[in-house]
Amino acid sequence: MTEALLTLLFFAVVSFGFMAGLLLIVAYLLWADRKIWAAVQMRRGPNVVGPWGLFQSFADLIKFALKEVVIPDGANKGVFVIAPLITATLALAAWAVVPVSEGSFFGLVEGKWVIADINVGILYIFALSSLGVYGVIMGGWASNSKYPFLSALRSAAQMVSYEVSIGFVIVTVLLCAGSLNLTEIVRSQSTGLGTMLGLPGSFLDWYFLPLLPMFVIFFVSALAETNRPPFDLVEAESELVAGFMVEYSSTPYLLFMLGEYVAIVLMCAMTTILFLGGWLPPIDVPPLNWVPGFLWFFLKVVLVFFMFALVKAFVPRYRYDQLMRLGWKVFLPISLFWVVLTAAVLVAFGWAP
Amino acid sequence: MVAALFFYLFSAIAVASAVMVISARNPVHSVLFLILCFFNAAGLFVLLGAEFLAMILVVVYVGAVAVLFLFVVMMLDVDFVELREGMLNYLPIGAVIGLIVLVELALAVGSWVISPASLQARAAPLPEGVTNTEALGRVLYTDFLFYFQAAGLVLLVAMVGAIVLTLRHKEGVKRQNISVQVARSPATAVEVVKVKPGQGI
Repeated sequence: MTEALLTLLFFAVVSFGFMAGLLLIVAYLLWADRKIWAAVQMRRGPNVVGPWGLFQSFADLIKFALKEVVIPDGANKGVFVIAPLITATLALAAWAVVPVSEGSFFGLVEGKWVIADINVGILYIFALSSLGVYGVIMGGWASNSKYPFLSALRSAAQMVSYEVSIGFVIVTVLLCAGSLNLTEIVRSQSTGLGTMLGLPGSFLDWYFLPLLPMFVIFFVSALAETNRPPFDLVEAESELVAGFMVEYSSTPYLLFMLGEYVAIVLMCAMTTILFLGGWLPPIDVPPLNWVPGFLWFFLKVVLVFFMFALVKAFVPRYRYDQLMRLGWKVFLPISLFWVVLTAAVLVAFGWAP
Repeated sequence: MVAALFFYLFSAIAVASAVMVISARNPVHSVLFLILCFFNAAGLFVLLGAEFLAMILVVVYVGAVAVLFLFVVMMLDVDFVELREGMLNYLPIGAVIGLIVLVELALAVGSWVISPASLQARAAPLPEGVTNTEALGRVLYTDFLFYFQAAGLVLLVAMVGAIVLTLRHKEGVKRQNISVQVARSPATAVEVVKVKPGQGI
């Protein structure tokens, strides 16, 4: 009994610590996002609060938390309040299975670099990210207003469409890795094209090289799935004011924005795990493999996030019918074909794990 | 002990939300309670050790099917107060029909004799050292391959039917053909016209 309680307490402390670290990183990634966006447009970006604007995210946090929560009169109050909570909770909960590194946590007996090392880790993340659409739909419907409602309808179609191609990309990686466990998927990338040529473990082994089209499709679908520009039709400010968030203010709005950014960083982590070798060093020789794994993981996530931020700054917003065409007529056939091709190649050469 | 606690938690919420699905006044609330019910059923699957089924339940039913449900129900514009007006008149008939179905089910199921062999098969534990997903895949793609393919075909026919019923090619609607747009060259796209002053084209 006491042992069960102690385990519970241990996991509570670990989860809380992980979440605090994650939120801190998200706060600075948000700042970096704005800085990169500004740099592309030759502006300065946030530079007033703290040195180089480093405390901007925290100033925003305090600003949102101190504002008045306005709930519109015609709104469906229960659903209106639950919607942002769902978005934020689901985005944070998905991080429970993300393996940041391998082995035990600084020699602690029970601690691992992943909170829950479950067998169906990738399905868990896929399930939770597909639930993310509910926050948007519920928020849009409960606002009882035209623009949020249109936005909710758009998002339902958009996120369900791009989940299909994300699913097929994940299937392709699973065929190569032979496991649904995220740790195993990263471990299977320690051998590959490079080691076949007799090189030491390097970035040539990672799945982004043999599955390059899938890597591109996953990246673009991740943008669409998280409603990032150029696919942010859900909150297209020129058409829908601010989409499903129009009626939200203060902390509920903050939760929506937090959930969105945590989901974006989660997608960066998924790209890292599935295609960029997770915590593996780019070349497995000293001094590169002396660097602890979580640092490599962090650097790769930041690299992918940098690409997300650049796309936001460069690419104009898609029109809605073009978005649907891209999802159903371009990505779906290509990824379906690639699943069959990968399976055929794996069986033909006897590489299937 | 913790498992028992979670079992009662999940099943209580599942039953309560199932009741709310049929008793909620607002149809959107009904769908949301249905989703909560699915979610707790997935929790029960996890407790049974069937984590693959649990995740698939969430991905397929909650992540895709229920979204479309919600999509349709949100756009309904029905006056539910009006619909409920005759409810008291129909309640006795509904109750009688429900009772008859219940009695028939009890008679039918009560006389079932379950063979000992199938009882043993039910309790068959997972093979040692094989994950949930692998065990399921081994059975599904070997022993039950035909049924699996047949189920796939049934779904395919349903999909073709839905598309045939809804696909309309409207005349006179401007559609974008991206490959044609990309293939345009200055020679086909631009016409240089010499215009005399004051004449127009």
